[in-house]
Amino acid sequence: MTAESPLMATDNDRLLTGWGRTAPSRATVRSPSTYDEVAEAIQEAGPRGVLARGLGRSYGDAAQSGGATVFDMTGLHRFELDIDSGTVTADAGASIDEILRAIVPAGFFVPVTAGTRFVTVGGAIAADIHGKNHHVEGSFGSHVVSMLVVDGTGHELVLSPTDSTTKDMFWATVGGMGLTGVIVEATFRLLAIETSSMSVDTVRCHDLDDVMARMIEGDDDYRYSVAWIDSVAPSGRGVLTRGDHARREQLTRKQVDAPLAYATPALPSAPAFIPNGLLNSASVRAFNEAWFRKHPKSRSNEIHSIPGFFHPLDGVRDWNRVYGPQGFLQYQFVVPDEAGWIVERTLSRLRDAGAPSFLTVLKRFGPANPAPLSFPHAGWTLAADVPAGNEALAPILDELDELVAEAGGRLYFAKDSRQSPSMVARTYPRLAEWHSVRDQMDPRGVFTSDLGRRLSL
Amino acid sequence: MIDAVGEPQSVLVLGGSSEIALATVEALPRTRLRRVVLAGRPSAEIDRAAAHLGALGIPSVETTLFDAADTGSHGAFVDGVFDDGDVDIVLLCFGVLGDQAEAEADPTKAVEVATVNYTGAVSVGLNVAQRLRRQGHGKLVVLSSVAGDRARRSNYVYGSTKAGLDAFAQGLGDALVGSGASVLIVRPGMVRTRMSDGLPEAPMTTDPEVVGSAIVQALRKGKSVIYVPGPLRFLMTAVKAVPRPLFRRLPQ
Repeated sequence: MTAESPLMATDNDRLLTGWGRTAPSRATVRSPSTYDEVAEAIQEAGPRGVLARGLGRSYGDAAQSGGATVFDMTGLHRFELDIDSGTVTADAGASIDEILRAIVPAGFFVPVTAGTRFVTVGGAIAADIHGKNHHVEGSFGSHVVSMLVVDGTGHELVLSPTDSTTKDMFWATVGGMGLTGVIVEATFRLLAIETSSMSVDTVRCHDLDDVMARMIEGDDDYRYSVAWIDSVAPSGRGVLTRGDHARREQLTRKQVDAPLAYATPALPSAPAFIPNGLLNSASVRAFNEAWFRKHPKSRSNEIHSIPGFFHPLDGVRDWNRVYGPQGFLQYQFVVPDEAGWIVERTLSRLRDAGAPSFLTVLKRFGPANPAPLSFPHAGWTLAADVPAGNEALAPILDELDELVAEAGGRLYFAKDSRQSPSMVARTYPRLAEWHSVRDQMDPRGVFTSDLGRRLSL
Repeated sequence: MIDAVGEPQSVLVLGGSSEIALATVEALPRTRLRRVVLAGRPSAEIDRAAAHLGALGIPSVETTLFDAADTGSHGAFVDGVFDDGDVDIVLLCFGVLGDQAEAEADPTKAVEVATVNYTGAVSVGLNVAQRLRRQGHGKLVVLSSVAGDRARRSNYVYGSTKAGLDAFAQGLGDALVGSGASVLIVRPGMVRTRMSDGLPEAPMTTDPEVVGSAIVQALRKGKSVIYVPGPLRFLMTAVKAVPRPLFRRLPQ
């Protein structure tokens, strides 16, 4: 009988990455089917710790942890709609996608949705995701009524933002990137809707100043607002799309027959192998030109579908593969209003690096919520996708970090895969406060992630 | 962690006075580098290397005792380094050239070369591999040599230790597939270092800085074997094809 090799892979070993497909690490993946299983695994945690993972849509290393036990939470995905209170109570692994399919026909919508609906409820809270309505309605955590969290000792805690004994733990978990405990269930408020259609105003803007001026002027009139920016054109021209859920009277007679019909087209996936460098300056330029032209100069009250308005990229499965094996990253920051010039500087520096962004989105945030590590703060947020293989990128992003920090801004943990620990310490001034609540919830330091280790969280 | 743009945070150098290792650490991107451990026998060279890296602004540069020949100490040594934090890159760069004639006259000299270059490397390599697998990420860089590609009359004791080390590193790289950790084998030709001082220069002789930047590039691209300089790969293919009766007679 030969000894078992410590180098041998086990059946549950998986190499995990984020959506950007950079920096993989190996973890032992378990798929708990009950809350008790989560609690037991936490009590038995080894020295490398445990971490919950949802659908892996964070771009960097937030949902992976080398050598740890990672819970694939998607097996826990029951949820229930309470029509009377207009809330959903869902397992952490339930996705916004499956919840929408159930609640839209019943006349409800999620309070916040990111640019993809393939996000779990647990992930939405842990990253405190925002959507096109942040300037009006805030981030996801602000709509959570209560949640059930298994702490670092394996005990289930009921956390609520209105209970004085648990509210600090509640807010440390909102935006806490899974490092305070494993969220297993949450109840959150919904938005009542009359129809499943969106009424959308679109305007093409000739340069970045035009985009930003229109947003400052008019965003408050809309529930949803976002601008797409042509990152290749030095003018920074863009397309501003704003709207709200359509009311019944805005629908055509045909649409009124089934006002809450909701379908998500199953669309093609990106090819399995795409070489590095396919997204070069020429192809990005062509895409951006076509995208700009595809939109009308100006149009009001156009009827769009929910997937078309909120989740256009979900139409292509695995679109993250278009960046090739070296992967990509998304640089997303927020800066206060007066530092709006950093938006222009970022776009021009990325062009200098020969790393024009394929997809660039600009949005205005409203006020922050009480969570110490929540990303959104009032001001401008820009998100730009860039290939990670570009060697000129690292110093340019560090230089931009400096401007962002100087201006009182910060980067989004759910997108980050490369910022420095000192950047975090500088730009999240409430880190120490968060640490003290985290240490109370996880005294043994069981919850670990590659992001947490990399940034000394 | 080595981040999305290839910036490491921690490096362990086995053979802390190695000029190639020092040049490699110098060639690494440094903005996220916070810990370098130089492991080796106490020497003026290792202290100088530490001072040099410290002066580059790396926040923590430690020197620590490591004796490749003392295999019994390797387990505790490796655990000590990894218990203080994950290691992103391990440079296995120790080795001795020895003197071929001396080794033939006194086989215990040959055993010393074999013990350091091969036995010691296998021992510490496996200890490192276990810890890399446990942490689920990391790169082990093994400094092999073209001398291992084909044994030569003039330095076959050294060459055979590198051949053994190279084969070991290939197998270890295969064993670690799927573990998150990986092995990069580096096969330089002759490099101008203390080791080769006074020897006649071979074709394509290069400098430690060239090897260092080649290693950093290869890490970035995720390669598993490189020759330095690159064209040596083709030269060695030709060298390996030369029949032995002829090879023996070639100038060594």
